[in-house]
Amino acid sequence: MPLFTLKNMSKIIKELVIEQGTVLLNGETFFKGESTEIGPFLKSLYKHLELKYGKYFKMDLLSKLGFLGAEILIDGANEIVPETDEVALVFANASSSLNTDANYQESIADIPSPAVFVYTLPNIVIGEISIRHKFYGEHMFFIQTEYNKEELLKYTESLFAETNTKYAIVGWLEVDMNNEYNAQLMLCSK
Amino acid sequence: MIVFGANNIISPLGWTSEENFKNILEGKTGLTIQDDKELSDVAFPVAKIKEIDIQQHLEEYPDVVGYSKLEQLCILSLKQIIANVDVKNPKTGFVFSTTKGNVDLLKEEEPGNDVYLGNTAQSIANYFGFQNTPHVISNACISGLAAIVFAKRMISSGIYDQVVLLGADILSKFIVSGFQSFQSLSAEPCKPYDANRDGLSLGEAVGSIILYKKEGEDNSGEIEVVNGAISNDANHISGPSRTGEGLYRAIQQATRNNARIDVISSHGTATPYNDDMESHAISRSGLSDVPVSGLKGYFGHTLGAAGIIESIISTMALKENVVIATKGIQQQGVVQPITVANENIATSTRELLKLMSGFGGCNAAVYFKKHE
Amino acid sequence: MSELKEELKAKLIEQLNLEDFEVSDIDDNDPLFDDEGLALDSIDALEIIVLLEKEYGIKLDDPKKGKDIMQSVQTLADFIEKNRK
Repeated sequence: MPLFTLKNMSKIIKELVIEQGTVLLNGETFFKGESTEIGPFLKSLYKHLELKYGKYFKMDLLSKLGFLGAEILIDGANEIVPETDEVALVFANASSSLNTDANYQESIADIPSPAVFVYTLPNIVIGEISIRHKFYGEHMFFIQTEYNKEELLKYTESLFAETNTKYAIVGWLEVDMNNEYNAQLMLCSK
Repeated sequence: MIVFGANNIISPLGWTSEENFKNILEGKTGLTIQDDKELSDVAFPVAKIKEIDIQQHLEEYPDVVGYSKLEQLCILSLKQIIANVDVKNPKTGFVFSTTKGNVDLLKEEEPGNDVYLGNTAQSIANYFGFQNTPHVISNACISGLAAIVFAKRMISSGIYDQVVLLGADILSKFIVSGFQSFQSLSAEPCKPYDANRDGLSLGEAVGSIILYKKEGEDNSGEIEVVNGAISNDANHISGPSRTGEGLYRAIQQATRNNARIDVISSHGTATPYNDDMESHAISRSGLSDVPVSGLKGYFGHTLGAAGIIESIISTMALKENVVIATKGIQQQGVVQPITVANENIATSTRELLKLMSGFGGCNAAVYFKKHE
Repeated sequence: MSELKEELKAKLIEQLNLEDFEVSDIDDNDPLFDDEGLALDSIDALEIIVLLEKEYGIKLDDPKKGKDIMQSVQTLADFIEKNRK
């Protein structure tokens, strides 16, 4: 049952899908990795984007996926400038940070790792993207049993209506306990 | 106008909002030293709900016994407030805020589907028969306050007329060991804003509130949720901004620069960096003289419940014209000038600013107003 | 001692995910927490405490001591030499 009827106040500028070793940007193949397995695939995507960002290697898989997704959406979007509270980040997934939670749970028996523990929250990826681009704006991480785009867009529209938000990166960002991954992100404008 | 309706808190300080409020005014704390190997290898101060109390409350409701501890507490809390809510109405929303939900199940061989926060929310929603799919917010320590901001916006934009808000987190070795690995836990009950503070104390609690759109002329006694905002430090994923950047921006957005704030209900975790960060944000906002009331000395840090239960207690204090003492502080010692309330102050209060900050650099501020 | 320092550099790179560094890039006296050096942060510092306990059996109970110990690979190695079991 659809939760919301969209008023289509917002415009979707770009759409990105990352799944099974492939990145689709606005429906066209942007990158295809040699491996579909999440670790090697994300590494090859990072290299393909020619990024130099030491912090990237410290991130958990969910943060890496969201970070790279945001890089692709922001690249070439000249209207997005750093040091701003006009860009909102609104994400959702089903597994929260369970992929990392399971790793952390294992480390408890030995010596708990603070570097793993910090990623046992789904919204850390929002922090990572915010640090990279100096985004001070509105943000929220929702948990949904399956991708409910309407919920996210409706909330984004309320941000456009009630806050400084002019642009938003919105969508689904999932890495499950079996290392299956799926990102469906949009860059929206007011 | 969007206002607070019926509400409930379950914590070591009581099973209703009123009982919690009364105990807090009397200066009681839920924090006790526990030597519980299920949670920690060493004894530590923590605000834990007594198992025997839960069992006693469950006697009345045998149909709740089969749920997980977290879900039991959530259902017991909602039962206290939901009698007059039309859960079948498509204009009734349900929002669940939590950081870790049933994460304690991860220690089992087969954790099952209850570790998924969406499933947890759905089973609670099903118990009460909510027609709409629940919204689940998991945004670190600001989750509860973020849920209030979300609900307020959903009502403002006409999606819902009323929203049932639920915030909950329970203690587990997962959470306790994580904060221990961060060396964030104090060996003594936490001392917010104190010169000798050395870390936070954890707690568990469940809180629930109804937020609804009120029409009509007579608003006397109502607590209005005027505005809220969320902002990021864009600085570090675990360390708070040294300048309070994100929280400062959240305060500016929430108050729209023109509020006359009478009292601040702060985050006040009692970690050295958090409390200093808040002092930056508060003084930068020109609020150095406004009394700051921090509630972690009563409840401990209750994670996803904190924003809900602290908002309930702070708005009750607003109604009673009292500023609640920040329990645990002896001598103030933060880097910027702020005015921490170190005893209960009877004074006329009308406008309240509630603050929260968390991992991921997130900050939230909500501006409440009492109508005379 | 120099063996310990090389081992420590390799362990830091692995444990702290310093993919941009190789053992040969790190000088004994490079500042760990400075952008001129390894640019580590507060989480890395906590992770080094875990490393000391896990690899060398040294429990650092007073985090305030960490600052002096974690100046560089040299100071870390000195500390381990003195305290390892």
